[in-house]
Amino acid sequence: MTVFQVVSLVLVSAGAFFLLVGSLGIVRLPDFYSRTHATGKSDTLGLMLALLGLAVHEGLGINSAKLLVAIVFVALTNPVGTHALTRAAYQSGLRPWFKGGPVPEDPTERNTEAEAGIDVPGEGER
Amino acid sequence: MDRAFVVIAVALTIIIAIPSFRVIAGPTLFDRLLGAGAIGTKTLVLICLVGVMYGRLDMFIDITVAYAILNFIGNLAIAKYFTNPKTEDREGAS
Repeated sequence: MTVFQVVSLVLVSAGAFFLLVGSLGIVRLPDFYSRTHATGKSDTLGLMLALLGLAVHEGLGINSAKLLVAIVFVALTNPVGTHALTRAAYQSGLRPWFKGGPVPEDPTERNTEAEAGIDVPGEGER
Repeated sequence: MDRAFVVIAVALTIIIAIPSFRVIAGPTLFDRLLGAGAIGTKTLVLICLVGVMYGRLDMFIDITVAYAILNFIGNLAIAKYFTNPKTEDREGAS
């Protein structure tokens, strides 16, 4: 094994590890707004590391150039898509999760996860 | 070397299968959309690894870029569709 193969294997394995962290975060975190951290940051980093490892494996050429284009595209668009989805959720009235109870500035509104749908009855959002 | 990539690809299929729990059992609509987007994001790496296995990475990278563009456009369209339903209603009523 040459040193390039070792470096590419390490990079792809690190990318797979960060993708695993993102998957576990989507399942384990308590709220939609905290789950967006898993898919917005950890997934992007894992994808960039894995594609960079494949570019190292391919060597210098047209394939690694196209892989770098894919890396730049993903690094630009994945957080933008996550932010757009989060903005849509916030503007349609999804309340964030607070530890141990309802929202502090509005204690009358209930804040369990099952009731925080997109059609939360509320008059004063936005 | 390629066998190691096969092992990573098999592990990646399990990693991709994990957010489908959030797609099925998500409490809100946006959790389901987030899980679907995460599955689409992780699939890019799997497509590239399949390309390395077949030895046709030049073709599979184009598929990867097209898949990334489709995923991004789909996410933006869905987010735009679900932004401000009350405002949309108000505009439609008036």
